[in-house]
Amino acid sequence: MDITINKQLVQKDIKKEEQFTPVFKINNLNLWYGQDHALKDIKFDIPEKQVTAIIGPSGCGKSTFIKTLNRMVEMIPIVRMSGEIVYREKNIFDPKYGVEELRTQVGMVFQKPNPFPKSIYDNVAYGPRIHGIKNKKVLDEVVEKSLRGAAIWDEVKDRLNENAYGLSGGQQQRLCIARCLAIEPDVILMDEPTSALDPISTLKVEELVQELKKDYSIVIVTHNMQQAARISDRTAFFLNGEVVEYTDTSTLFSNPSDKRTEDYITGRFG
Amino acid sequence: MSLINKESVKKRMGSRVAANGFAKFLFILATSFSLIVLGVLIYRILVDGLPYLSLDFITNFASRMPERAGIWAALLGTIWIMAVTAPVSFILGVGTAIYLEEYAKKNAFTKFVQVNIANLAGVPSIVFGLLGLTIFVRLAGLGSSVLAGGLTMSLLILPVIVVASQEAIRTVPKEIREASFGMGATKWQTIRRIVFPAALPGILTGTILALSRAVGETAPLLVLGALAYVAFVPENLFSQFTVLPIQLYNWTSRPQEDFHMLAASGIIILMIILLIMNSIAVYIRNKFHKRF
Amino acid sequence: MSRDKTNQKSIRSMIQENKSSRSQSAVMEKVVPKIFLICAIISIFTTLGIVFTLLTETFTFFNRVSIVEFFTNTRWFPFTADKNADYGILALVMGTLTVTAIAMVVAIPVGLAAAIYLSEYASAKTRKLIKPILEVLAGIPTIVYGFFALTFVTPLLDSIIPGGISIFNALSPGIVVGIMIIPMIASLSEDAMNAVPNSMREGAMALGATRFEVAMKVVLPAALSGVMASFVLGISRAIGETMIVTIAGGSRPTADINVTESIQTMTAYIVQVSQGDTGYGTTIYYSIYAVGMTLFVFTLIMNLLAQFISRKFREEY
Ligand SMILES: Nc1ncnc2c1ncn2[C@@H]1O[C@H](COP(=O)(O)OP(=O)(O)O)[C@@H](O)[C@H]1O
Ligand SMILES: [Mg+2]
Repeated sequence: MDITINKQLVQKDIKKEEQFTPVFKINNLNLWYGQDHALKDIKFDIPEKQVTAIIGPSGCGKSTFIKTLNRMVEMIPIVRMSGEIVYREKNIFDPKYGVEELRTQVGMVFQKPNPFPKSIYDNVAYGPRIHGIKNKKVLDEVVEKSLRGAAIWDEVKDRLNENAYGLSGGQQQRLCIARCLAIEPDVILMDEPTSALDPISTLKVEELVQELKKDYSIVIVTHNMQQAARISDRTAFFLNGEVVEYTDTSTLFSNPSDKRTEDYITGRFG
Repeated sequence: MSLINKESVKKRMGSRVAANGFAKFLFILATSFSLIVLGVLIYRILVDGLPYLSLDFITNFASRMPERAGIWAALLGTIWIMAVTAPVSFILGVGTAIYLEEYAKKNAFTKFVQVNIANLAGVPSIVFGLLGLTIFVRLAGLGSSVLAGGLTMSLLILPVIVVASQEAIRTVPKEIREASFGMGATKWQTIRRIVFPAALPGILTGTILALSRAVGETAPLLVLGALAYVAFVPENLFSQFTVLPIQLYNWTSRPQEDFHMLAASGIIILMIILLIMNSIAVYIRNKFHKRF
Repeated sequence: MSRDKTNQKSIRSMIQENKSSRSQSAVMEKVVPKIFLICAIISIFTTLGIVFTLLTETFTFFNRVSIVEFFTNTRWFPFTADKNADYGILALVMGTLTVTAIAMVVAIPVGLAAAIYLSEYASAKTRKLIKPILEVLAGIPTIVYGFFALTFVTPLLDSIIPGGISIFNALSPGIVVGIMIIPMIASLSEDAMNAVPNSMREGAMALGATRFEVAMKVVLPAALSGVMASFVLGISRAIGETMIVTIAGGSRPTADINVTESIQTMTAYIVQVSQGDTGYGTTIYYSIYAVGMTLFVFTLIMNLLAQFISRKFREEY
């Protein structure tokens, strides 16, 4: 790993730690898989309309963490949690606050592209439809806008009725992003969205993330440190279920305050 | 001194190879036996059955005179029974499968339902006839009607449809369920719009194969009191009826050679129906094979 | 890439507006699982219905015919005046077991040999050709097999066996039931043998074993429980088989078996009664439930045994 290039890259825009409006405030979050303590006293805030990267070695709890933000992690029966996650002034674990409503606001893009076995059009229209939008004209508009938003419109506009499984992996992933945009979420969670893609597709998705942060708050898990450095504004470094360091991306990569962070970003482990 | 006598190993090697060759020959013979039987069976039925096969044979009612006899009533009876069995067994079978795969908790009750279905699949079909006779024909007062027959057949093939549907549902990858939940879809929305459509080809293949089994079933409907000699077509769900296999049984059990030939002609029709149903099932299976 | 802000708001707000309809879908979320649960419960009621039906009607039957006679008498002659009627189930059981035994003599060696051939010798191409044919064989209705037994196998046996054979006999339906079961035993046994990992085969091959030795000394022992289970399931199928034995076996119940002579199985008796004009409520009417109960118990034991074998001795690789 060529860390010197990285440093030069990020040093250009070193910023001072700045104040921001948080979309998520996470307080003393703990999570267990059975007896396995997977998240330990997580406490940090996620900014609005920025890209927050989560990095760390495999198995450190990145996916687990990001899945708590839209409560997908609860689909695993053995999971227990304590602590608090506040999304826009509301505690997401409040029984009155339904998971469906939360997930409408907090969309997710997964590691492996997972389009539905339906047409491209139906994939994108899925979200609006399940939320009760049936008007064909509105749906047409949403589909086009979302596909444009995910920078895939030109590639698929002539074959909207073809099955999504005919697309390449990179196209499928951008379709999944379009599908997510169609319900206009507030936050988009991405769990290693490029790890299954080739370099060119990866680049496209990265550019897209830069574009999307104008309108959306994005949390992205990546095990690729260059990627975090390239596209994120803030970075959290996870290790063994703990947040070791969370700060400006530029600071974290150029001037880590924790020895373990430094070891990790210089490739000494992980 | 060497522990192994190389000479004798070599000698025995020859006989061992010969034994292998001989065994292989026997295995091939046994496998071919099935194929030969199938060939002979089809050949015999074509030879016996083709002479009487004609359009009149399909559109005529049963008759005491072989040259005027046909399968019209039986054919329509079979269609009527299927018209009851197909929707009832599909709804019950798929509903049960969705319950077991999507909603059921892993507890004793669920296990009991699962074991029960496995055992039900092994109950002889004639016992289902006794069940139908008591419950539908007598207790429910339906008589030996299309409805009683169709419901009995539904219960008979229910386990097959449940198991096939469960397998189809299990092949739907969890990733696309997650995608749906991740967009704020509820469980039922996810099942109805994602899981069910994705599993449908497998479910349909299993259902059609199960129905084709029901088309060929004789015993339960005989026990239920389906008529053996019918010169009318069922008019509604409460009409009496016969079905193709019962008509064939009736002809087969008569001593006259001519009726045996009629039975063979009817068997050709029955086998063509089954062949069509199976081809549709295989077509669906291959067309949608391994999409995920 | 410009985004239309006003429109964007509208989608998000449209979704918010639709929230009211969500209470309706919340009701669905609660009701739907209950509906599916009812479907699942119907399968339990089917079993309960079978057991209840058989038990109550059998109970009525035993009010009229002594249970001791039922199990010890070796004669089954219900179609005479009530006083002279004999209800000794043994005669029907013997008919059933005879046919089953003949069927297994045919089905086990042929089915197992086909399974060994398919899993240990045949190329993928051959397998692809033969398996659908076995499926076809398994899908042929029993009425067709019955016809085949009566019009082809019986005359054939008659010409082969010195001294001939009755037109209705145990041998012909026995053989044909066996043929019917071959695909089942072949495919279940093949599944069991396919589950044996290749590393076990390769280990033996490396020591110089022939394919035959690998099949008999490595694969078959490893797959034994699956293979045994397939035999037991085959027996269960043969016991419950109805049309072949009804058409070709005859209707002469006897405990004194001669395979070239007419017999009657439990299933064939039930068909005979339902074909006749026996009135509802007669002893004969109730007798079919007692016979059905016996049949049900036989097959249930076989099915449970098969499950027990394949669970108890589940191969762990
Ligand atoms: N479904 C699960 N059941 C039990 N343990 C799990 C499950 N998923 C993850 N874990 C455990 O939680 C820890 C964190 O996993 P994960 O969040 O997937 O890590 P990452 O995404 O950083 O690679 C690991 O130790 C893993 O073994
Ligand atoms: Mg992960």
